[in-house]
Amino acid sequence: MSVDALAASTARPEPTRSPRTARVVIYGMLGFFAIIYILPLLVMVMTSLKPLDEVTGGNMFALPKHATFGPWAKAWGTTCVGLTCEGIKGYFWNSIKMVVPAVLISTLLGALNGYVLTKWRFPGHKLVFGLMLFSCFIPFQSVLIPMAVILGKLGELGDFFEDAIGVSLGFGNSTENLIIVHTVYGLGFTTLFFRNFYEAFPTELVKSAMIDGAGFFQIFWRILLPNSAPIFIVTVIYQFTNIWNDFLFGATFAAGDQSPMTVALNNVVNTSTGVVEYNVNMAAAIIAAAPTLFVYVVAGRYFVRGLMAGAVKG
Amino acid sequence: MTEMTVAPLADVTMPSPRASARGRMQDLLPKIVLAPSFVAILVFVYGFIAWTFYLSFTNSKAFSNLNLVGLINYKRLWTWTFETDPPSNWYTAIVNMGIFGGLYVFFCLVLGLTLAILLDQKIRGEGFLRPIYLYPLALSFIVTGTAWKLFLDPGIGLEKAVHDLGWTSFKFDWVVNPRMMIYCVAIAGIWASSGFVMALFLAGLRGVDGEILKAAQIDGASTFAIYRRIVIPIMRPVFLSALIILTHLAIKSYDLVLAVTGKNPGGAAELPSTFMYTYTFSRNQMAVGSASAVIMLMAIAAIMVPYLYSELRDKGQ
Repeated sequence: MSVDALAASTARPEPTRSPRTARVVIYGMLGFFAIIYILPLLVMVMTSLKPLDEVTGGNMFALPKHATFGPWAKAWGTTCVGLTCEGIKGYFWNSIKMVVPAVLISTLLGALNGYVLTKWRFPGHKLVFGLMLFSCFIPFQSVLIPMAVILGKLGELGDFFEDAIGVSLGFGNSTENLIIVHTVYGLGFTTLFFRNFYEAFPTELVKSAMIDGAGFFQIFWRILLPNSAPIFIVTVIYQFTNIWNDFLFGATFAAGDQSPMTVALNNVVNTSTGVVEYNVNMAAAIIAAAPTLFVYVVAGRYFVRGLMAGAVKG
Repeated sequence: MTEMTVAPLADVTMPSPRASARGRMQDLLPKIVLAPSFVAILVFVYGFIAWTFYLSFTNSKAFSNLNLVGLINYKRLWTWTFETDPPSNWYTAIVNMGIFGGLYVFFCLVLGLTLAILLDQKIRGEGFLRPIYLYPLALSFIVTGTAWKLFLDPGIGLEKAVHDLGWTSFKFDWVVNPRMMIYCVAIAGIWASSGFVMALFLAGLRGVDGEILKAAQIDGASTFAIYRRIVIPIMRPVFLSALIILTHLAIKSYDLVLAVTGKNPGGAAELPSTFMYTYTFSRNQMAVGSASAVIMLMAIAAIMVPYLYSELRDKGQ
């Protein structure tokens, strides 16, 4: 290894540049994969803008000849979900009513749990965290039956109140059932996120505040919260995406027209009656995907951070 | 100088005696705050798991009961299987799990690593390309499945498009062919999750010490050799994480099957997750459903518990 070679390689700013043909191959492969990843979405969008005869008679890769928003209007307002034909709009709102409280409650509790598990440690804190952490990964089939039984009992309680005092007090309402379920099974992840974030937060700041006489909530409110914006964004996005996209709980614990969006979409697409309206199905699918896609486009960085934090723990 | 005076002072004041009621309250407060979440998880996760476990030893049908009948549900699950013709649903579910899980994990890893390495070559437009590989993660599996069901539909999708190009003997009807449906579920799953693996690997690649690479380069190692001998071995922990996360996702997949196959007609694309659901909620075999759920949980615990344990211990404080 001559001195010249060493000098040459250190002088070049980017020593890993490969020859021209290799660059072409690399860009070619990246482009090829990009097309494959984007095609299903593209086909969905184009199909949703075509009249039905153009979908069944034409090529799925062809641009719409007579582009129309008819399928979108039908999906939103008049398509049949199960037996009622009032579109998916009601289910979209069901999802929003479910997702907003569930995300807020689970995130706030996760922040407090993370704070306790890092700055107010007690003997056995690791076991507590370990148990909460494992709950993120269980197959939900293993809790589905007991949950159904308990929610059934809550429903009976609601009926009892309904008979006795005229209001069910919310017991047995599908949306509220799902809020409970998503909050509980989201706690593991939100606690994990905040715990790992606060782990890196300087304990000296907390200790000096204690010396100054600040209490538990004061320290949380004045010192940790103002510095927690990034992890709040990550957690809210993660929880929003997960809860909005959930199907298993929605299909099991919500009844009929109180179902969330994903369940309604599955019913629209897989009805066995009548002509399959592919264009309406695709419009419904895009509407169902729109909120999470929007969040991804606006805050993709935080979205990816959440995914990574949910995979590699510690 | 200021540090010198503050530090001992802090040491003295830290364990200040808090004899007052308010002080004791302050000590209890953190536990009181954590308690509701912890109790909820103890009950709704571990209590419910114990309940499901118990149910799997009962003869519960449409409604749960507490009559213990021993291991018969597990026996049924595993003996029904091989003797019947056509093979029973549990047998199908296990075989499909192997096909789907194997393809899903393998191709997600290969594709994810390939994309990450390609993107790591100082690519112009990386900021444009990366989001394209990642956006499927934002979609629910129901949407993903719906899209792929249309995309692979022989009547209006890929087969039709290839016919229009002039290759009229081309045949690709997997998505409506009961024997091949599970492969379509795997295709959709790989499409949905490989971007995630790419992101994991890319983060790992970016964390590799540049000095080592430079040294290898100076020694005349080819790019290929550098990746094979240095980079990929360094990334072994990332590889393990990805493998474990993917395997557990594969075992848990549920909605993707329903969406790609159109509610899993005839149980052709049965997986343990769909088996559990139909046996419990449609076929009124709650105890058998519980037994299948217990097996799923054990499979996941077998891979997740050691992993989480080592991850928690590595960071040991």
